[in-house]
Amino acid sequence: MKLFAITLLAAASTSAAEPQLIPQAARLAATCAACHGTAGHTQGSTLPALAGQSQQALSASLHAFKAGKRESTIMTQIAKGYTDEQIELLAAYFAAQKKEAK
Amino acid sequence: MKRRQFIRAAGAAGATSLLAGCASIGGQARPQVVVIGGGYGGATAARYVRLWSENSIDVTLIEPNASFISCPLSNLVLGGAKQIGELTMSINALAGKHGVRIIRDTVTGINAGQRTLALAGGQTLRYDRLIVSPGVDFMWDQLPGMLKPSVQDSILHAWKAGAQTVALRAQLESMPDGGVFAMTIPPAPYRCPPGPYERASQVAFYFSRHKPKSKVLILDANDDVVSKGPLFKKIWKERYSGIIDYRPAFRTTDVDAGARTAISELGDKVGADVLNVIPPQRAGSIAVQAGLANANARWCAVDFLTFESTQAKNIHVLGDAIAVAPLMPKSAHMANQHAKVCAAAVIDLLNGRAPYAQPMLTNTCYSYVSDHDVIHVASVHAYSAEKKTLLVVPGSGGVSAAASAVEGEYAMNWARNIWADTLG
Repeated sequence: MKLFAITLLAAASTSAAEPQLIPQAARLAATCAACHGTAGHTQGSTLPALAGQSQQALSASLHAFKAGKRESTIMTQIAKGYTDEQIELLAAYFAAQKKEAK
Repeated sequence: MKRRQFIRAAGAAGATSLLAGCASIGGQARPQVVVIGGGYGGATAARYVRLWSENSIDVTLIEPNASFISCPLSNLVLGGAKQIGELTMSINALAGKHGVRIIRDTVTGINAGQRTLALAGGQTLRYDRLIVSPGVDFMWDQLPGMLKPSVQDSILHAWKAGAQTVALRAQLESMPDGGVFAMTIPPAPYRCPPGPYERASQVAFYFSRHKPKSKVLILDANDDVVSKGPLFKKIWKERYSGIIDYRPAFRTTDVDAGARTAISELGDKVGADVLNVIPPQRAGSIAVQAGLANANARWCAVDFLTFESTQAKNIHVLGDAIAVAPLMPKSAHMANQHAKVCAAAVIDLLNGRAPYAQPMLTNTCYSYVSDHDVIHVASVHAYSAEKKTLLVVPGSGGVSAAASAVEGEYAMNWARNIWADTLG
C-alpha cells in the first residue's frame, strides 16, 4: 500500500497541486540504479549499498563529489549533473529505503 | 508469496481507481501494457511498470529468445576473459517476481488504430499502451555481397551477443599467428559507440598474449574514433603498438565474402584472415514495418517526456531504435534509463495525469582495454522544456583520466547491478 500512502501524503502536503503517483525522488533515484542497484539495494561487494545509509552521510558524500572534494573516477562527473535540491531528495530517498541482507 | 502479491495487486488497483477516478480503460478492468522486446530497454520497462504501478497495470512482454544475452561485456568473450554463459541470463524473474506475462513469440504486425498486435503464433493482443523496444537490425542492402544468409554465417558481425560472438572467437582461435583481423565500422549512429574500439582492444590483447605476430586492422567509416578517441588512441600506442592499425574514413560499401575482403566506396580492397563486418544499422524491423521509423526511415522519433512515438499515439519506443537526443549514445545504460522515464510516463498517462515534466537520465559506458583495465565515458541528461529534448547538464560527465583496474571492478559492478535492475 506504499503507493496509496505516498499519494495521500503528497495530497496532504501539496493541497492545490495534483499529487504524483510516483514520487519525484523515486524517479530521480532510478537514474542511479545501473551502478547502485534498484532503490539503492546495491548488488555485490564492490560498492556499499546506498539503501539505509544516513541522509546526512549521503548528502555530504554527494556534495563532496559534486565539489570535487572527494576523489573519484566517475562520481564527480555524475554528481555535477544534479542540483543541490535534487541531491537532498536523493539522500532522503536512499536513507528511507530498508537495508537488505547481502 | 503469490497470494500476498495478488492481494497487494488487487488493493493497489482499488486504490488507483479510487484516486484516479475510473481506471477502466477500453472496457477492461485493468490497464493493459504490452512490451515488445526483452532486452535492456524492454525488460526494464516491463519491470518498472509493474514496480511503480504497485502491480495495478497488467504487463505482457513479447520476446522470441529464451535467454537474455548481454551485449555489454561480450567483447570480453573475444578477448578470452569471459565465456558467453557468464553473460546469459533467464528473464523468468520478470514473471516469477514481478508478475509480467511473458510470451515467447515474435510480433508480426501492429494495428495502431485498433490498438492490437499480431503474433507469429497466431495470437492477437490488445493494448492500452504499447512499448516497442526492438533494438537494431542490420541494413544488409548496403553491403550487397553480404545479402546471402550463408555469407552471414561466415563473415560475422557479432554485434548482437550470442552465437555470433562465440563463432567469431572460434575464428580468432583458429587463425594462424601472423594473420590479420580486420573489422569494419559503419557510419555513426550505430549501437554502442565505443564498442568497436573496445573490440579492437580486446582482440589486440588476445593477440599480444597468444599470437604476437598478428595484426588488428580497424576500417572505420567515420573520420575519427567515435567515442573516447584520445583515450583509445593513447592506449593503443602504449599497449598495442605494432598490433593495431587504425584507418579512418574507410567507408565499406561491399564485401567479397569468398576473398574475405572489405571494399570501400572509393574501391579500396582490404583482405583479412578474419573479417568482422559491423553493418550499418536501423531500428529493429518491427518498428520499421509499423511505420514508426520516421527519422530518415531508420530511427523512431519520440517525445522525450514520455518516449511516445511522434508517429503513432499510445505507442512508445525506446532503446537503440530511437532517433537520439543530442550526445545521447545508443547504449544499454541509456535503454535502461529510457525505460524508466517511459514506464513512469505510461503509468501517469494511464491514470489520467500529465507526464512528469522534468525527467533525467544518466549514461555510463565502460570499455575494457585489457582483461581487467577499463575506461569510461559518462553523462547526465535533463529535459529542456524550451528545446523539448533531453540535453546534457552543463558541467556534468566526462571520461577517465587513464585506464585502470579500479574501473575494471566498477565496470563489473555496473554489469551486475544493471542486470539486476533490468531483469529483477
